[in-house]
Amino acid sequence: MKIMVAIKRVVDYAVKIRVKSDKSGVETQNVKMSMNPFCEIALEEALRIKESGLASEVVAVSMGLKQCVDTLRTGLAMGADRAIHVETSGPLYPLSVAKLLRALVDLEKPGLLILGKQAIDDDCNQTGQMVAGLLNWPQGTFASKVVLDKEKQVVTVDREVDGGLETLCLDLPAVITTDLRLNQPRYATLPNIMKAKSKVIKKFTPQDLNVEIKSDIEEVQVTEPPKRKAGVIVSSVDELIDKLRNEAHVI
Amino acid sequence: MEKLRATGRFLRYSPRKSLFDRRLNPNSENSIPNSASGYGHGFGEQCRDFQLYNDHNRKRNVQTCFGFYGHQGKTARDCIEKGLLEDTRRIQHRCFGSLAEKVQRDPSFSTLSSDDISYFKGILGEKNVVQDEERLAIANTDWMHKYKGSSKLLLQPQTTEEVSQILKYCNSRSLAVVPQGGNTGLVGGSVPVFDEVVINMSLMNNVISFDKVSGILVCEAGCILENLITFLDNQGFIMPLDLGAKGSCQIGGNISTNAGGLRLVRYGSLHGTVLGLEVVLANGDILDMLGTLRKDNTGYDLKHLFIGSEGSLGIVTKVSILTPPKLFSVNVAFLACQDYFSCQKLLVEAKGKLGEILSAFEFLDSKALDLVLNHLDGVRNPLPPTIHNFYVLIETTGSDETYDRQKLEAFLLHAMEGGLISDGVLAQDMNQASAFWYLREGVPEALMKAGAVYKYDLSLPVEKMYDLVDEMRTRLGDSANVVGYGHLGDGNLHLNISTPQYDDRTLAQIEPFVYEWTSAHRGSISAEHGLGLMKANKIFYSKPTATVKLMTSIKKMLDPKGILNPYKVLPHSIDSHS
Ligand SMILES: Cc1cc2nc3c(=O)[nH]c(=O)nc-3n(C[C@H](O)[C@H](O)[C@H](O)COP(=O)(O)OP(=O)(O)OC[C@H]3O[C@@H](n4cnc5c(N)ncnc54)[C@H](O)[C@@H]3O)c2cc1C
Repeated sequence: MKIMVAIKRVVDYAVKIRVKSDKSGVETQNVKMSMNPFCEIALEEALRIKESGLASEVVAVSMGLKQCVDTLRTGLAMGADRAIHVETSGPLYPLSVAKLLRALVDLEKPGLLILGKQAIDDDCNQTGQMVAGLLNWPQGTFASKVVLDKEKQVVTVDREVDGGLETLCLDLPAVITTDLRLNQPRYATLPNIMKAKSKVIKKFTPQDLNVEIKSDIEEVQVTEPPKRKAGVIVSSVDELIDKLRNEAHVI
Repeated sequence: MEKLRATGRFLRYSPRKSLFDRRLNPNSENSIPNSASGYGHGFGEQCRDFQLYNDHNRKRNVQTCFGFYGHQGKTARDCIEKGLLEDTRRIQHRCFGSLAEKVQRDPSFSTLSSDDISYFKGILGEKNVVQDEERLAIANTDWMHKYKGSSKLLLQPQTTEEVSQILKYCNSRSLAVVPQGGNTGLVGGSVPVFDEVVINMSLMNNVISFDKVSGILVCEAGCILENLITFLDNQGFIMPLDLGAKGSCQIGGNISTNAGGLRLVRYGSLHGTVLGLEVVLANGDILDMLGTLRKDNTGYDLKHLFIGSEGSLGIVTKVSILTPPKLFSVNVAFLACQDYFSCQKLLVEAKGKLGEILSAFEFLDSKALDLVLNHLDGVRNPLPPTIHNFYVLIETTGSDETYDRQKLEAFLLHAMEGGLISDGVLAQDMNQASAFWYLREGVPEALMKAGAVYKYDLSLPVEKMYDLVDEMRTRLGDSANVVGYGHLGDGNLHLNISTPQYDDRTLAQIEPFVYEWTSAHRGSISAEHGLGLMKANKIFYSKPTATVKLMTSIKKMLDPKGILNPYKVLPHSIDSHS
């Protein structure tokens, strides 16, 4: 069985996000870009399944600008067998990504498609669900545990839901999206970075896959959250009560 | 208190569990007999016994500080952070009896009177004259909980004029003082020895100006290093120094100890980057040397006297410092080497082949890594658990991501093929980079948690450096865990000896051997931490008598009554008796 993993290149999680002065979006010029942390977890899970002998190949795929290749290289250095890059320019919304993924699934015929539950840049949390819908596959979202049964051709997924866990059993092929606590991704070791250099990254355009990139969404404005006001130390209980009553209006 | 690693450097998404564990150190009441110490005159000269003192060992309760980091974000970015920070940050304190050689209180100093307190209140206001016992207990105790004074007063000036008034008064009254920054110093320099008045600089924490064209920052001495780093980050610049204590230490403290830290290999020492200082002398005179010029050859460059003088010549109140632009392409590799020789060769190669992008070259031995893995929460060995003897952290900083990455990868792969590196990992994102850094920066914290620690901060010729660690292991056998780590790129070894508790027999095995060895190899017994109280009497191992004499004259001239940080830096014999 083949596993396909979707990987997104995003502004590094540790970078302090700055909004462009014209509010048209987030500053990405001269900003460190890395693999979306949830995608890392997705890839790690795929690699573990393969290492336990339940899958034969892990294919990492990414859509976006040409620099996505760097992020795919990271995926290959972590252990993916090969990669596919669908090069696009301009904004890409979840529905388009889901359509591209469906086209790639049709081409590659994986038994499992694993994605992060959301990307830390747009926080959409839609792609996994959409592609499952388009493919008409069962989906296990927010997975915190994944157990594959090759004999029965099913996968059991624990999902973190409010106040507990929900356990689902899905028929393969299926779509899984990963939550934070599923696993701890591995590092890219030097021998694996070396090996990754000779691994193949195949290129497609949306046209090759017969997908038209369009959107019915228009991003109107991106603004920064309001700045937190610095706290003050009050000198007496009376002052505190006065402030709570007359400034904060809470009592 | 210590907010080491307040931001960044958090490990991956591993929720750290334990809140804080309390461990009482089985600290014995026994007094430690005289510590063996000695000094030689000049290099290689025979050491003779120095004054021996009885030690006073105290037993105190363990105090545990912890801060809460609440996060209420909704986005995924926030959630990840939340997972990382959900726990309370645990900082554990343990107390050890003081190992300082017993010093006599200088009888020429006055003791505090109620008039003094009223006078200080008159200058600083009630709030900034602190007599609260809890706050004094913190100010009286050093980061390692090894040195403890008994000051009854802490002053918090807000302006240079206030510092000047305080010192003028203390000088006229012969009241001894200790300038205190973040109190992260590692040589007992930042806490009182007896009842010295603590002058705490933390309220002088304003940035005065920043020139985006030249990168020159002017700020008050009490600014916390990490706050300056954050401030500059928003301007697209970085501080030329960085160290594990950044969350607590202050720029004034850094300058007063001439702190080296993690980026010295790239940006040089503070003697190069500090452009100017404002200093208040013991008599209250304000020296304005706060230049913002890169070049200024008019007379003696006096600011250098105050860089690294550990508060013994004046109190630094303002700083002007040259900051480099922030380059966004940063790569960090964590590597394993089979032997020390490979680490050295790797350093030479890195300097040649990484050249302008090399920004840190740190090393730790397997014992140091084991300590970190065993004592810190949420850390993991990034390498497969094969036994490697040495680990090296290499950081590059540059302006072209693709170019830097290719350059570093090519270098690493070449070094691996050549057998210099036996394994390694390359950070793929900033979190991974932080996790690798934490393995190196976490060593002091891990050592603190492991028990008692004897710390030696030595400059040695790189090729000889590790021989000392091996020799020390042979000397101490199974009785102690000897670890070596440090700034290999600068020839700076941190030799740390960890034992369950302090005991004098171990100390006698270590000292004066370690100082004699260092002196014999023409090294320095204080590479970057300073002399403080711990090594004031050991200065002769690294400096000839004539030099120390001149230092003493300078001290006498600038601080005739010796009120500034007494008992520290210079040897007690010359300091108080000649
Ligand atoms: C975890 C950890 C890691 C460290 N790593 C490094 C490292 O990599 N490199 C390195 O060099 N050091 C390191 N140190 C030690 C280093 O010396 C201190 O962290 C720092 O430079 C001291 O700053 P501080 O503000 O805490 O000063 P303090 O500890 O408060 O004071 C240190 C000395 O300076 C004097 N002083 C402080 N402020 C002033 C002032 N405004 N004017 C005059 N005198 C003053 C004090 O009297 C004292 O003698 C480390 C310490 C810790 C705890």
